[in-house]
Amino acid sequence: MALVASTRSRSTWQRVTRSPPSIVLAFVWIAIMVVIAVTANHLAPYDTAATDLGARLRPPVFMSGGDWNHILGTDQLGRDTFSRLVLSVRASMTIAIISTFIAAAIGIVLGFVAAHSRGRLEQIILMLIDAQAAIPFMIVALAVLAFFGNSLVLFTVLLGFYGWERIARLCRGLALSASEQGYTIAVRDIGASPVRVYAMHILPNVASSLIVAMTLNLPEVILLETSLSFLGLGVQPPLSSLGNMVGAARDYMERAPWLVLAPSAVIMFTALAISIIGDWFRDLTDPAGESAR
Amino acid sequence: MMLEFFFTRGLRALATLLLIVTITFVVLRLSGDPAINILGLDASDEAIREFRRSWGLDQSIWVQYVRYLQAVIEGNLGRSMLDGRSAVDAVIERLPATLSIMVPGFVLQLVVGIPAGILSALRRNTWLDRLVMTSSVVCFTMPGFVFALLLVMVFAVTLHWLPSGGAGTLAHLVLPVLTMGFFGAATLARFTRSAVVDVLGQPHIRAATLRGIPRRRIVLLHVVPNAALPVVTIIGLMLGGLVAGAVITESVFSWPGIGRLLVTSVASRDLAVVQTILLMVGTAMVLANFCVDLAYGFLDPRLRHGQGNSANKG
Repeated sequence: MALVASTRSRSTWQRVTRSPPSIVLAFVWIAIMVVIAVTANHLAPYDTAATDLGARLRPPVFMSGGDWNHILGTDQLGRDTFSRLVLSVRASMTIAIISTFIAAAIGIVLGFVAAHSRGRLEQIILMLIDAQAAIPFMIVALAVLAFFGNSLVLFTVLLGFYGWERIARLCRGLALSASEQGYTIAVRDIGASPVRVYAMHILPNVASSLIVAMTLNLPEVILLETSLSFLGLGVQPPLSSLGNMVGAARDYMERAPWLVLAPSAVIMFTALAISIIGDWFRDLTDPAGESAR
Repeated sequence: MMLEFFFTRGLRALATLLLIVTITFVVLRLSGDPAINILGLDASDEAIREFRRSWGLDQSIWVQYVRYLQAVIEGNLGRSMLDGRSAVDAVIERLPATLSIMVPGFVLQLVVGIPAGILSALRRNTWLDRLVMTSSVVCFTMPGFVFALLLVMVFAVTLHWLPSGGAGTLAHLVLPVLTMGFFGAATLARFTRSAVVDVLGQPHIRAATLRGIPRRRIVLLHVVPNAALPVVTIIGLMLGGLVAGAVITESVFSWPGIGRLLVTSVASRDLAVVQTILLMVGTAMVLANFCVDLAYGFLDPRLRHGQGNSANKG
């Protein structure tokens, strides 16, 4: 009991500074990824579309036969793997972040509308949530891509529907409990409109849970995007994403395993780092909560 | 009480099914002329007229909707663009191949995930717990195709023990089944652990411990049955992961199942087949969740004996 009390009384800052090395590593990795994503154009030594058939499937510098001209070697068309990797990181990160914000927007709006309306509208939204949760998202995504064709904008918006139902459920629950608290009742009694109550008062108060949910949604979107791109149904060439790099490299696995391993490792470390941060963030905002996923 | 529970759950399952069919209908209408979408651009005028008449496309949207429902119930979902065969036949033909990796994969998930989760919870905060949880987090964030390709790299390319793809012999099954097992085991282990940890913290377990009941007996008779409820719920949801897993696994290993059919159909925009798979997966998911509800009814004594209904509020 005393232990719990002392954990609770510890300040947030103390908990930040005492975070385990895995958290620090995760933050460092994400920082590197963000820098790469932002400076991709300057960082890439070669034009990603530039093919050099004389230099196909060159190994990376640390393997025998590799040289510093192509740090991570070249692919089956002689394109520089490092340059492609850097631009893929940018593409995958951008898509994942935009999609997660779309999911959050849909989830917040529907969750709050459900909490506010109560009654038939709420039932309809709950049913949509159940239906979305019942069908594997990948199948829905594939069907939409088949029905509407593929474009980068459509693909990003489509991925934006991933996870909205969890955020909507969370927002509904949070809004329901928030609407019974003093501050909400007070603002409402002064005569604030529902939109004002939800956007200016409830939203900021539930923001921490929301940020945790978004952080935990992000790696799943990355995995979904890379999986669909790997299948050749996501980001389309000539644009490269981490997934379609792996997909294209699959046929050369015997001769050039690094072509598969390099983007795979980036996907894994990024997803892992974000979920470690998400879990840590959740424990930070809810110190008493046991990680339940 | 039981009957009422099953009745409401059954109604809900039907409503979800109807919703799925309706959404498919709306999406199909939004995406352009369904006659051309389903039959293909090179279909003859006569075939398109015939299709329009049989699906009632010349009538109001409500009549079309009813006709569509009728067609779905009759299993008349159009023909595959590729070979002109009935889409339903084309999908059902692939079903055994998919089930032959899905069922063993699912069993593998249960056999690995549940014991790992229970052990991890019982040995909480030991190296074993940390090992299980760390590997579950790593598995959780590793894309399935990366895991599959790593398996191929090790067992097919380097060791030459197993084929890297295709179907036919038992050896062809090993890597796809391992991949399928990998997909859900991590989630299941994590979930089982937290369910068991929750139960372990409850007063009746402490009471049993204080009464001097052997630990093994407590775990088997008190902890496991109580932790089973939330775990059964998540198992129903895991089917979705299995289906998504089949799509990836079959694509990596050139497995002739529904998942690969879906990917090739999406790539060639063979909408009749995509629609059929979508409806079939939706139906399977709804049925699975209904079965989970049934299992829930049997597992939860409050429902079995008709005392209170606190369990069916979720």
